Amino acid sequence: MATRIQFENNCEVGVFSKLTNAYCLVAIGGSENFYSTFESELADVIPVVKTSIGGTRIIGRLCVGNKNGLLLPHTTTDQELQHLRNCLPDQVVVQRIDERLSALGNCISCNDHVALTHPDLDKATEELIADVLGVEVFRQTIAGNILVGSYCAFSNRGGLVHPHTSIEDLDELSTLLQVPLVAGTVNRGSEVIAAGMTVNDWTAFCGSDTTATELSVIESVFKLREGQPTAIVDDMRKSLIDSYV
Amino acid sequence: MFVPTHTAGTVLCCMCGVSMQPNPANMCARCLRARVDITEGVPRNAAVVYCPDCFSYLQPPRSWVKAGPESPELMQILLRRLKHPLARLRVSLSGAEFVFSEPHSKRLRLKLRLRREVLNGIVLEQTHPVEFVVHDRLCDSCARAQANPDQWVAVVQLRQHVPHRRTFLYLEQLLIKHGQAALAIRVASAPGGLDFFFGSRSHAARLVDFLGTVAPIQTNTAKQLVSHDTKSFIYNYKYTFSVEICPICREDLIALSPKASRDLGGLGPLVLCIKVTNAIALLDPLTLRVHHLEEKKYRVYNFKAALTSKQLVEYMVLDIEQESPEITVDGSKYQLAYAQVARMSDFGKNDTVFMVRTHLGHRLNPGDLALGYDLYGANMNDDDMDKALLRQNLPEVVLVKKSYEKKPRTRRWKLKRLPVEEDLGNKAKGEEDRREDEYVKFMLDLERDPELRFGINLYKNEDYRSEMASTIGDDVPTIPIEELIEDLSLGDDEDDEEEEDSAAPACMVE
Repeated sequence: MATRIQFENNCEVGVFSKLTNAYCLVAIGGSENFYSTFESELADVIPVVKTSIGGTRIIGRLCVGNKNGLLLPHTTTDQELQHLRNCLPDQVVVQRIDERLSALGNCISCNDHVALTHPDLDKATEELIADVLGVEVFRQTIAGNILVGSYCAFSNRGGLVHPHTSIEDLDELSTLLQVPLVAGTVNRGSEVIAAGMTVNDWTAFCGSDTTATELSVIESVFKLREGQPTAIVDDMRKSLIDSYV
Repeated sequence: MFVPTHTAGTVLCCMCGVSMQPNPANMCARCLRARVDITEGVPRNAAVVYCPDCFSYLQPPRSWVKAGPESPELMQILLRRLKHPLARLRVSLSGAEFVFSEPHSKRLRLKLRLRREVLNGIVLEQTHPVEFVVHDRLCDSCARAQANPDQWVAVVQLRQHVPHRRTFLYLEQLLIKHGQAALAIRVASAPGGLDFFFGSRSHAARLVDFLGTVAPIQTNTAKQLVSHDTKSFIYNYKYTFSVEICPICREDLIALSPKASRDLGGLGPLVLCIKVTNAIALLDPLTLRVHHLEEKKYRVYNFKAALTSKQLVEYMVLDIEQESPEITVDGSKYQLAYAQVARMSDFGKNDTVFMVRTHLGHRLNPGDLALGYDLYGANMNDDDMDKALLRQNLPEVVLVKKSYEKKPRTRRWKLKRLPVEEDLGNKAKGEEDRREDEYVKFMLDLERDPELRFGINLYKNEDYRSEMASTIGDDVPTIPIEELIEDLSLGDDEDDEEEEDSAAPACMVE
C-alpha cells in the first residue's frame, strides 16, 4: 500500500528516509508524525531506526542499502556508525566506504539482486558494493542522467524511472534488472523519483503532492495492491480452475 | 557513426491520467491550461487617440501616424501601446489579428496570441482579446489649420523678370519630381513668378536650397514680428525669402560688353545661352567654346539678353558645308559649318540669301528648316549690342535650332502639374492664350531635347491613340516609351497601385 506523507512540510520523503526489506532509516528532527507513520506501517515487521549521517538529515540520499547490507559515506561519524550497527539486525553488514562521490544514495540504486551505479564510480567501490550488498552491479545512465540513484526507484517486484526515458532504454534496463519498469512521475510531475518516494517489496511512501494518477501507477508497477484480499482470491481462482481442468 | 534510436515513451498525466508525451511539467496540455492562466495581468482594455481630420493616430508623446482602418500601421500602433505591460509580465506575442468592429463604434478589437513560460520550462500559448477605445482629438496641425486655414509662417517668392514663363514650367516639373513642394501649404501665382507658402521656416529654407542647386538664384531674406511672449522669450515671426532667378534663359542671344568678353577669356561678343542649371552655360557659336558662368559672377556684369526665343525667325537652309569635324563639348555635339540660308518670309519672293557660320552643322541638311535670330533685320534695345555692331562685323544670322514641320497631334506622354492658385485680380488681357502657347512650346522643347527631359518625370498618356499612318517616314523626334512612367491610378481599388519604373535606366540607353 502506498502512503502519502510529508517531512516538515516537504514532500521529498525519499531524501529523509531509506526503506529496505530488512530495516527502515528515518531522519531526526521532523515531527513525531513522520516517524509514527513509518512505525504504524512497519513496526511489527522491521526495525525503524532514527539516525543522522554526518550530522545531516538527508540520510536517504547519502546511504544505500538492501536486506544484505548498508553502505555509508566517509562523512559518517563513528558514533552514527556504531548506533546503526547496534540498531540494525545482525545479518545486515554496515560498512563505511571511502568514495569521492559521497552521496551514495544519488549514485547507486539497488534492490536485493541488482544495483545500478553512476558511471564514474570507483572500481574498488563497485567491488565493495557487490561484496557487501550481494548484488550484481551495472553502470548505467537513465534518460541521459548519470545520477541513477535519484532518477529511479526499484524494488524486487517493479521499478519507476524518469519520465523522459525512451522505450529502448526502458527495455534495456528492464532486461538488466529483471523487473517490470514504467516511466512516470511523483509529487505532481516531479522527475526526481527516488527523492520523492521510498519503496520496498510490500509498501511505499510518497510525498503528499503525489496525485491519484501517480499513486495508482506506483501501486500497479510495484505490485503493492497485491496485499488486498480481492487479488489473492483472483490468484487462487486461477490455480483452482487449472487443477479442475 | 551509429546513433541508437530513441523513441520517446508515453507517461500518464499526473493530474488526469491521460497518456501523453513527457514534458517538463509532466501534465497534459488541458491540465496545464486549467491550472495556469498565462494571460493573468495582461490588460484587456486600452485607449488610443485618433484625429478624424487627417485619419492619424497619436503615438505618445507627440507624433501622429497616419493609418487606415485595419491596416498594418494601425496594428503596429496598437501593439506598441501594449508592449510595456507584456514585457513586464514576461509574456511574448506570437501573433495578433483584428476582430471586426463597426467603424463608428469607436472600438478596435484585437485578438492576441500570447506565449509565456511556466513551471520550469514549459511554454504555453493562449489567445487573449484586447479592446481599444478610440478617443477623438484634433492633432496639432489640423487644429492649427482649422483655426486659421491661411496661416503661413514662411513664404518663398520666386521671381524672374522676363516676359515668358518657360522657366517656371520647367521648375514646376522639377519640383514635382523631387517632391520639394509637398510641404507647401499653398502655391499661388504672382505677376512675374510664383509664391510658395510654408508652415515653418525650415521647410521654406529647404525649398530655397533646392532651387539654388537647379537654377541660378539670388536670395534675400526678411522677417516680420507677429507676436511675442515677453515672459518666456518666444518670438513668432513671418519669414519671407525673396528669390530672384537670373533673367538669362535658354536660347537667349547675348552681346557681351568688351570687359565681360575679355574677362571670360575672349568669348566672342555674341554668345548663345544653351543650358541653365545653377550656372549659365554660354556658347560662342563661332568658336564652339562653352563657358559656365556662376550666379555670383553673373551679378558682376548683369548683362541682359539682347534677343530672346520669342524673336526667333524661321529660315530655310539652302546649302550646308561642314567646316570642322563633329566635336563634343560639355556633353552635346556641335559642328562648325558654313550655311546658306534664306528667311522663310523671303523664300520664293526675293533672292535675299545669307551666308553664315553656324554651330549646327551636325543637324542641318539642305532643305531643312531652322530657327535663328535675325540680326540683319532686328531692332534691338541693347547698348552692348549696338557697341558690338559698331566695332565688329557681326554675323547677320545666328541659327539656334532645327525646326520640324509636322507636330504630332496627340502625345503618348503627359506631364503632371502643381496645384497653383491663380491670381485672378492681376491678370492681363490675353494672358491665358499666351500661357497655353508657352505650354505647348514647352512640350515641344521636351520632345526635342533629351537633356531637358533628364530631370523630370514623364507619364504615359492613357488617351494616346497611335497615329500609325502619319508617323511613318517622319523624323519628328518623339520620346521613346522606355522613358515614360506609369501613372498612379488611385481609383476605388487602392490595392491596384502600379510600381513606378524609374526613368534612370532609360537615359543610359542613350
